[in-house]
Amino acid sequence: MPDNDWKTRLVACAARDAAQQPLVTETPHATKGSVLEVTVPAADVVAAARILDNAVFLIEAVTGVDWLAEQQMELVYDFVQMQTGERVTLRARVPREKPELPTISAVYPGANWHERETHDFFGIVFSGHPNLTPLLLPEDARFHPLRKDFAP
Amino acid sequence: MSTDAQAIHHESFIVNLGPQHPATHGVLRIKLTMDGEYILDAEPIIGYGHRMHEKMGENRAYAKFLPNTGRMDYVAALFNGHGYVCAVERLAGLTVPERAEYIRVITCELNRVASHLLWLGAFLVDLGGFTPLLYCFDDREKILDLLESVTGARLTFCYFRFGGVCNDIDDTFVNGTRDFVKLLRSRMPLYHDFVSTNIIFRKRCEGIGLLSADTCRRYGATGPVLRGSGVAYDVRKQEPYSIYPKLDFKIPVYPECDCMARYRVRVDEIVESLRIIEQALDQLPAGPVMAPKVPKILKPAKGDCYFNVESARGSFGIRIVSDGSENAYRLKLRSPCFSNMSLFQEASRGMLLADALALLGSLDLVIPDMDR
Repeated sequence: MPDNDWKTRLVACAARDAAQQPLVTETPHATKGSVLEVTVPAADVVAAARILDNAVFLIEAVTGVDWLAEQQMELVYDFVQMQTGERVTLRARVPREKPELPTISAVYPGANWHERETHDFFGIVFSGHPNLTPLLLPEDARFHPLRKDFAP
Repeated sequence: MSTDAQAIHHESFIVNLGPQHPATHGVLRIKLTMDGEYILDAEPIIGYGHRMHEKMGENRAYAKFLPNTGRMDYVAALFNGHGYVCAVERLAGLTVPERAEYIRVITCELNRVASHLLWLGAFLVDLGGFTPLLYCFDDREKILDLLESVTGARLTFCYFRFGGVCNDIDDTFVNGTRDFVKLLRSRMPLYHDFVSTNIIFRKRCEGIGLLSADTCRRYGATGPVLRGSGVAYDVRKQEPYSIYPKLDFKIPVYPECDCMARYRVRVDEIVESLRIIEQALDQLPAGPVMAPKVPKILKPAKGDCYFNVESARGSFGIRIVSDGSENAYRLKLRSPCFSNMSLFQEASRGMLLADALALLGSLDLVIPDMDR
């Protein structure tokens, strides 16, 4: 049975801001393209992915954003519910000097390639990933082209 | 694997399928570990056509990235452009004149028909039937002539602009498209006679390459692959964009999960696209095709947005993060082929090599779209 209570569970999973409020934004689909944006602690992405998996969400993409000024890397996971078309964006931030967080490929096998791609482009390490080798870049690539301080 | 194959155990061996192989439709390599004719493991090795379009999107102005969109999925190039201009319009708050929206849908659906016809021909060549390819190319050529007359290109279209399209359509195009719709409709029974009832084709497709709806979901496979597994997910219906809510069309769904189901979905989609084109031509309003006063250099406000369109191969998504400058801070391209291909390793395990090639063909891969 699909889990219909996923919203509550996901909010419970979210990271807290300075005022202890969960970092959740209900966004208008017409302007942002998603209905719910949830920031979770990097260690909790697997739990959040499991909630969405139980609620029969399809995995759209995993990607990163390099926030050089803030010395952080942001992970962006996109999911869509196939029946209702609801979109959920999961976000997590990791420090730039040690960009590491757990893989969700055990929950969503499709994340395997997306995470390898994100590792190629940003150098983010997905701990527990079965095969974190270059996917799109050459096999001997030792650079991460989408880092903002990358110079060819 | 059959019990016979298990009983007589041979040493396994490795075969490289590709990177240059007619069945891979581009530079895709699959490292096959074989036990006789059976696949023990098939590891796709991709990235031969990787050009880092995402980086190119970050180091040039928004408008200068438009030609790139035609060079990812070059078989259905208009969809990538559609997704990109819609994402930027959403971010910059531009509205598009209604006539331009109609023109976008008409040209996109023509492109979908062209893409499915090419897939049909190529898929049958994979399965050993050469003749239908020639008929498909004959019909597809007429679409390319129509699109060339309005976009100026036959393959790598760069037709959409922020706020509209760059060229209005004329009566020659409208009448030519109406004639083409009638012609292709009269040709569909011919394709069915050629293909759908052919016993060799049916034996190669029915019950072959089973992909459950759950596998598709967990790998993120969309488009005809997902709809061939019984899930009625189509971005045009679930998250209607452009003028699709005003049009009456069905989403073909087949629950059999095999290559035949994916074939039927695509053939039915050709018919539905023809219906969409006809309705859009009937409703086509007069007026401008470009929004007034679109700045030459766009600087969308800070923020990010995501936009999905239903391309011929599935859900094509674009995420743009803007920092308020004239270049995007981050541009993510979510290509449907990438996700559709990622399930191949799991799905092909234990299959006969010849059947796995039918499965590979039925996924409708465009390698430069996958590699970006």
